[in-house]
Amino acid sequence: MTTADHGSRRTGLMVLAWLWVGLPLAYGVYELILKLTQLFVG
Amino acid sequence: MRDEVGQRPNFGFLDRSHTVAPPTWSRWLVPPAALSVHLAIGQAYAWSVFKPPLESALGLSGTLSALPFQLGIVMLGLSAAFGGTLVERNGPRWAMFVSAICFSSGFLLSALGVYTHQYWLVVLGYGFVGGIGLGIGYISPVSTLIKWFPDRPGMATGIAIMGFGGGALIASPWSAQMLSSFGTDTGGIATAFLVHGLVYAVFMSLGVFLIRVPPDGWTPPGWSPARTTVRRLVTTANVSARNAIRTPQFWCLWIVLCFNVTAGIGILEKAAPMIQDFFADTATPVAAGAAAGFVALLSLANMAGRIVWSSTSDLIGRKNIYRVYLGVGALLYLSIAHFGDNSKPIFIICALGILSFYGGGFATVPAYLKDLFGTYQVGAIHGRLLTAWSTAGVLGPLIVNAIADAQEHAGRTGPALYTTSLYIMIGLLAVGFVANELIRPVNSRFHEPAPAEEREPLVTKGDAS
Repeated sequence: MTTADHGSRRTGLMVLAWLWVGLPLAYGVYELILKLTQLFVG
Repeated sequence: MRDEVGQRPNFGFLDRSHTVAPPTWSRWLVPPAALSVHLAIGQAYAWSVFKPPLESALGLSGTLSALPFQLGIVMLGLSAAFGGTLVERNGPRWAMFVSAICFSSGFLLSALGVYTHQYWLVVLGYGFVGGIGLGIGYISPVSTLIKWFPDRPGMATGIAIMGFGGGALIASPWSAQMLSSFGTDTGGIATAFLVHGLVYAVFMSLGVFLIRVPPDGWTPPGWSPARTTVRRLVTTANVSARNAIRTPQFWCLWIVLCFNVTAGIGILEKAAPMIQDFFADTATPVAAGAAAGFVALLSLANMAGRIVWSSTSDLIGRKNIYRVYLGVGALLYLSIAHFGDNSKPIFIICALGILSFYGGGFATVPAYLKDLFGTYQVGAIHGRLLTAWSTAGVLGPLIVNAIADAQEHAGRTGPALYTTSLYIMIGLLAVGFVANELIRPVNSRFHEPAPAEEREPLVTKGDAS
C-alpha cells in the first residue's frame, strides 16, 4: 500500500472518528442551549 | 500468557505492544479515541435523571436512589488510585477495554436488577462495577495523550477531560427521552438501562480500536524537548508513581486540586436555589425555569473552561494558570459576597468564572503532573491525585449545605444563607494559592536513574501494527 493510500484512508478515518464523537456532543450542546434560553425568558 | 521476558502478561490485541502507531499514524486520531471513552463515562453526572423513576417504581427514598451514583464516584477514585499502575503497565487499549466492559456491564446488571426488583443489583452494577469503569476510563488516555502532544499537553488532556463534562450534556436529554419513550415503570427503566449498556459498549469500542501509543522516542516534527524545559518546573526526568507520592510537590498539588474543586462544587451544588435566594427580595426575582437555565450556563462554562484554560496553560505555564484559578477565583467569590445581590449580571459572570476555573483545574492537572514528574507514570500519578477529587466531592456539598441549613434555622434568608460559605471558599482558595506557590521542581533523588535501562522496552521490532 502506498503512502497516498495510507493518507486517504487516514483522512476517512479522521473524519469518521471526529464525527463519531462530535455529533453526540453537538446534540448535547444543542439541548443545553435550548435549556439555556429559559434563563433569559424564564 | 507472558511476554518473551516473562515480566508481564501479554494481552494480545489489547496489549500495549500491539498499539504502537505505524509511522503514518496521525496524532489527531488520538483525541477522538479519548473522547469516545470520556463522553461515555461522563454519563455518571446525569444519574439524577433516573432517580425519580427509580424512587416511584421501586419505592426507594432519595438517599437510596442516590447510592449507585455515590458508590460509582467512590469507586472512580479508588480504581483510578489503585488501578493507575496497571493502566500504565498494560497500556491504554487494555484500560479502555476494561473500562468499556465494566461501564456497560454495570448498566446491564442494573437492567436485570430493576427488572427483577432487586435494587442491590443496581447498586452493585452501576455503582461498583460501573464505578471501576469510570476510574479506569478516566485515566486511560491521559498519559497517551501527553506522549502524543508533548508540545501541547494542556490542550490534549483538556480535550479529553472536557469530554467528561460533555458526557452528562449528552446523557441527560438522551436518557430522559428514552424514559419517556419506554415508560418509567420497572420494564421501561430496565429497557433504558439495557439500551444504555449496549450503546455505550459500541460507542466506547471506537476508543479501543483507535487508540495508539507513539513509538519510543517519537516527537512531533520540528519540536524538541528543550523548547518546553525553559520553564523552571518542567522536567525531562521521570518519577515513578510510588516515588511521586513521597514528594511534597504531589501533596501541594493534591491540596490545590482538592480546594479548587471544593470551591467549584460549592457553587455547582446549590446553583439553582442560590440564584433564587440571592434575588428573592429584589424587583427581579429568578423563576425556577430561569434557575435551570443558569445551571445549564454553568455546565457550559465548566466544559469550556476545561479546554480553554487548559490550552492557555500551554502558553503561560501551569503554575501561572493555577494562580489565576485560585487567586482570581477567590476575588470572584469576594465579588459575589459583596455585590452579588446588587446585580444579576455580576452574580452570573462571577459564577461562570468560578465554574470555568473549576473545569480548568481538572483539565490542567495532568499536564502539571507531567511537568513535575515526567511522562513515565503520569497516568498512575494522576490516578492517585484523583483522591483529592473524591475528598472535595464530600467536602464541598457538606460545607455549603450544612451552613445554609444552619443559617436557615437561625432565621436568615436570601444571600445571608450563603455568606459564611462564600468566605470559607475564599479561605480554601487562599490556602490552595499558597500550596501552589510552594511547588518547586522535584528533588533529583526522586528521579528514575536511567529510564531506558530501568524500564523494559515497550515494543520490539516487528511489533508495530
